Amino acid sequence: MTAAEPETKTEAPKSTVTVTVDGTTFEAQPGELLIKAAQDNGIYIPRFCWHERMKPVGMCRMCLVEIEGGRGYPPACTTPVADGMVVHSQNDAVKQIQDGMLEFLLINHPLDCPVCDRGGECPLQDQTLAFGPGESRFVEEKRHFAKPIPLSELILLDRERCIQCARCIRFADEIAGDVLIDFIDRGDRMQVLNFEEQPFDSYFSGNTVQICPVGALTASQYRFRARPWDLATVETSCTTCSVQCRGAVQSSSNRLVRLLAVDSEPVNHGWLCDKGRYGLEWVHSDHRVLEPQVREGGTRRQVSWPEALDQAAEAIEKAKDLHGAGSIAVLGGARGTNEDAYVWSVLAKGVIGTDHVDAQLGDGLPADFVLGMDRAEIADLDRASAIVLLDQDLRDEVPVLFLRLRRAVIELGVPLVDLAPVAHPLSAHAAVVARKVPGEPLAENVHDEITRVSAGRPGPVVVVVGRGNLAAAADSVVGVAAELANVHDVRFLSALRRGNVHGALDAGLAPGFLPGRTTLAEGRAWFTEHWGGVPAERGLDAEGILRAAADGKIRVLVLLGADPISDFPDATLARRALDAVDTIIVVDGFDSESTRRADVFLPATLWGEKAGTVTNLEGRVQRVGRKVAPEGTAMDDWRIAGELALRLGRDLDLATVDEVTDEVARVAPAFAGVTSELAKNARDGVVLPMADHLGEIVMRTRELSLMAEDGSGTSWDPIKVEGVLVDAAIPVAEVIDAAPSIDVPALYRWDRLAAQPEAPGRDAYALRLVVGRALYDEGRLVSETPLLQRLVPELSLRVHPGDLARIGVDSGGQVKVTSTRGSQVVEVRSDNGVPAGIACMDFSADTLGAALLIDADLPVVDLRVESLR
Amino acid sequence: MPDVPSAPGAGDVSAVEETRIVTKRLRDRPDDSWTIDGAIAGGGYESLRAVLTKADAADVQEQVKLSGLRGRGGAGFPTAQKWSFLPPDSFPRYLVVNADEGEPSTFKDRMLLEHDPHQLVEGITIASYAVQCNTAYVYIRGEFALGYERLSHAIDDARAKGFLGKNILGSGFDCEIVVHRGAGAYICGEETALLESLEGERGMPRIRPPFPAIAGLYAKPTVVNNVETLSTVPHIMRMGGEEYAKLGVNRSTGTRIFSVSGHVNKPGNYEVELGMTFRDLLYGLAGGVREDRKIKFFIPGGASSQWLTGGDEHLDAPLDMDFVQQTYGVMLGSGAVMVFDETVDPVLVAWRLAKFFAHESCGKCTPCREGTGWIEKVLYRMSHGLGRPEDLDLLISVGGNISPGVANAPFVQTTICPLGPSAVSCIASLNKFFRDEILDRLRNEAGVHA
Repeated sequence: MTAAEPETKTEAPKSTVTVTVDGTTFEAQPGELLIKAAQDNGIYIPRFCWHERMKPVGMCRMCLVEIEGGRGYPPACTTPVADGMVVHSQNDAVKQIQDGMLEFLLINHPLDCPVCDRGGECPLQDQTLAFGPGESRFVEEKRHFAKPIPLSELILLDRERCIQCARCIRFADEIAGDVLIDFIDRGDRMQVLNFEEQPFDSYFSGNTVQICPVGALTASQYRFRARPWDLATVETSCTTCSVQCRGAVQSSSNRLVRLLAVDSEPVNHGWLCDKGRYGLEWVHSDHRVLEPQVREGGTRRQVSWPEALDQAAEAIEKAKDLHGAGSIAVLGGARGTNEDAYVWSVLAKGVIGTDHVDAQLGDGLPADFVLGMDRAEIADLDRASAIVLLDQDLRDEVPVLFLRLRRAVIELGVPLVDLAPVAHPLSAHAAVVARKVPGEPLAENVHDEITRVSAGRPGPVVVVVGRGNLAAAADSVVGVAAELANVHDVRFLSALRRGNVHGALDAGLAPGFLPGRTTLAEGRAWFTEHWGGVPAERGLDAEGILRAAADGKIRVLVLLGADPISDFPDATLARRALDAVDTIIVVDGFDSESTRRADVFLPATLWGEKAGTVTNLEGRVQRVGRKVAPEGTAMDDWRIAGELALRLGRDLDLATVDEVTDEVARVAPAFAGVTSELAKNARDGVVLPMADHLGEIVMRTRELSLMAEDGSGTSWDPIKVEGVLVDAAIPVAEVIDAAPSIDVPALYRWDRLAAQPEAPGRDAYALRLVVGRALYDEGRLVSETPLLQRLVPELSLRVHPGDLARIGVDSGGQVKVTSTRGSQVVEVRSDNGVPAGIACMDFSADTLGAALLIDADLPVVDLRVESLR
Repeated sequence: MPDVPSAPGAGDVSAVEETRIVTKRLRDRPDDSWTIDGAIAGGGYESLRAVLTKADAADVQEQVKLSGLRGRGGAGFPTAQKWSFLPPDSFPRYLVVNADEGEPSTFKDRMLLEHDPHQLVEGITIASYAVQCNTAYVYIRGEFALGYERLSHAIDDARAKGFLGKNILGSGFDCEIVVHRGAGAYICGEETALLESLEGERGMPRIRPPFPAIAGLYAKPTVVNNVETLSTVPHIMRMGGEEYAKLGVNRSTGTRIFSVSGHVNKPGNYEVELGMTFRDLLYGLAGGVREDRKIKFFIPGGASSQWLTGGDEHLDAPLDMDFVQQTYGVMLGSGAVMVFDETVDPVLVAWRLAKFFAHESCGKCTPCREGTGWIEKVLYRMSHGLGRPEDLDLLISVGGNISPGVANAPFVQTTICPLGPSAVSCIASLNKFFRDEILDRLRNEAGVHA
């Protein structure tokens, strides 16, 4: 749905050049690389080093061609097309070169295909078969290296298999900006290596394994786990974070074994982060709760599903009868699908009648802002007049969005205005750096600077907005956002991290809202018609629910894949709240600090075990696929909600997930027309609301196939999903349920009326706390995936060296930190990227951790930091 | 035109002399040619003064064009033409001096750097003036410790005297020279690998286009010239381009320094007028072959070149870049002539050369990275009694995959730079001159009877 689609390229005005390759004549864009133009027209010129998402280097020499009238044999990957060019990629001379090149590549290659992970999906194997000589004339001793050697915990290197194409090195440098591997030595001893005592610890390292054209780079997680021909594949979206990168998930013997990136032009460009790629094992963890349980006295015992559901329904019914619907609250829902969220929304708001529902856990931004802001798509970063970063280091929360932002800023030259509270890798490339100090207003010149750097550039200013600091109130972010929106032509790109938080909010799991981005007030009549009722008044958000619970006002709390004690910024409040609730109903896969308190535990399916749709941070609805049968008797969240509704006297009449999707498409305004059929066939998903994008949706014509028809190998080149353009517009009136004589509710729009909350002045002795999340955090996905568990960073307090000197402690020493919530002793580290007066800490709710320092009653948290000497 | 012996085997070489232009000062003043005082006493910086007071950039370019000066690093590209490729309005631009002399058996630039660094500084300054650049970089071979020391001193002394730096000799022209030492890689003598290395990257050739003249050092327009080329420039300005062009033969004008090594009685650097014969050079100046043996073969232009034999036809060929290229498919290259007498096994020489190229291949292009190593391994076997009769044709075939058509020049290359093809030159030469001898031996060693 972006202007950069290959399908739309040929429709550009007459500015093309005519090229002939192997007798086929076609039109191409001037300046386009010959190898790409040929490929787009069905001619596959063999290659190893060239990758269409990276700059060409012309190293492997596999794509040499003959151009009539030219000298020698130029590489197709570095040669731009020119008008009238006549190219031969298969004549005798070129064939001889291809034979020779493959023979060269194989002389030092160990040919250990039978024990190589790549065997069966190997570009070197495949191209040798298609383009190479039948046998080798090399009788000398091959080159030998010790192997494999670990480049990091995740990646192993077999230097004998390597064909020195530099794809991995170029990815690390060009795409990720993590210059941690490079060639050493030269000639046929040249090898890829990390630097001494510096492992290849990039959040994106797994991409190098996927794009490696041989089995030189292998993933410790997948190594020797399966053979490619034994794998079954389903196209899906990764829901580890809200970017929802497109992927292809593969299983063997009903276990998820590999996630490959699919190249989606609007979303992930064929990349994944390592957390998403390797966070599969948790699904099959031994710690999963696989059968329903209910509490009897101090312990829980396993029961049947009907018994557990009866108990849960009874508790809800009793609380409603005795204390009213407002005594029941639902927290969570961002982990599931849109269908899960929608049916829970029906259950809570339509059946039970409570509006105390929140998919966020106080660590996001108010739904009033997120649901109603002027939205940007990810691709708008590329065409923005300027980008304002109103968040922290994106790598830790939405890693692949960082890659897109990095590309926009570094490759495309979009000016970046950096308001992050502490420095991050893109700060060095920012046009303007104006560190936003929590609780203090924006620097005076920020608006002038935004105007200055965006001057003369088309497009709106895109503000990437997230909850960059969990220790400061979310309102302060909204206040800045309002200030920016009132001064500039801005669009907002949410960087909220939770997997399907945007889908859950869209489905109505937020106080004051109903499904499809409409408010309780606006949608009251419409949803009363469809659902039979909606809550009488606006309810509480997560913080309000926890406060009310702590005050004894919430009797039944449903934790829908939520662990407030670990995730709510103020762990003290969360713990107090959960201890005060009568009945806790848990829908989850695991026990956690919070769910251990469950009175009824209903085991839920996880990603990979369920199908449906999800919505990413730009509002793009895409499919997730079910690859394995659920563990134990785990049920989909939406089915659990349906069963509870039935026991509460309402038959929702939803039998399949497609029926849920179709109901959402009928009744939820922003989802109008996004039927299960469309969701399955739209190549790049559908950005909500669909009415804005009618006619641009590319429908798929064939299922994803990892085996390219030309025999060119599999995952090493961008995995594309084919598609054709749909140009017929579908009027919303035809797709929304028009039966009731009620107007379709309007989509909610944010009023831009918000001001930053007043914050106390900074005490000269105190450091203001900034808390962000590390990618490898204490979340269930990481803690149940041993490989990733090892990557969780040590907790430390990062402080400007000047402050460190003032405190009188060396980097690496221990300090005592005290907030209004309490004290703890932590290691302190000197960090030049942290401004003076700020203390920075990763979020952690462990016995030591920022969650125990954060006070939800205060807009900012100031720490007293003392040397222990 | 110098006398070119007309009849094979003829020619009295006793009267052959050097024509010293670039080497004059260092030969005349062996005790102080590298010092600022010695240089000035020997006429140093007079050309610079004259240029800055009387000429503009276009005048210098015109004189160099008239001189017919061609690059002395190996490729022999016309210097003035190279300068003219710079886009007229793009600044800053850079002059980069290739002092990474690494071609085996070449040692002329080393002598110029060690014994007449001021001549180079003067040449750099004049050339910078001609191409309107204010910063020149000298990329000097890391092993040249003395050359680096003397060049660095020379730059400091020249700056102190106002020959470098701001407002040179009151002309308003500014020029600075930055010296950068290499770290021991032959490939960094290739101009784009040199630029990569200078930028702090791994030394590997760049894809062209863009050519350095458009986007070279730090992506700015850049001229890369050899030490000897720039050392010649002050003399062209002193003599006038036309006068300089009267020296030499055809399009090979002026003089060149030849580094003669191997089995000659008097190895060393000789500056001669182009057009002289190999016989004059090897017998007249280098004193002929040790113990009066015959020349079996010689490498006329550095290790990358194909070979010539000790027969009269080759010995009487003139030192004319185009003539030897067109007639024999060899090059004068870097001006290094390596002589091998009849006791030498050509296969062993080929192996030693191949070992060098395999060791120095940067690893970027597949054919060179893998092919040079393969060739080395096969030649090792062949030269150590382990060859097979089919190995020679195998080498020709493998070499042909690096340089298609190498067996019958002109050939093309499948690599980015000429390093890979350089390793194939010796194979083509073995096949051309010694095929029967080698096959006989291989068959014998393998116990195969023809």
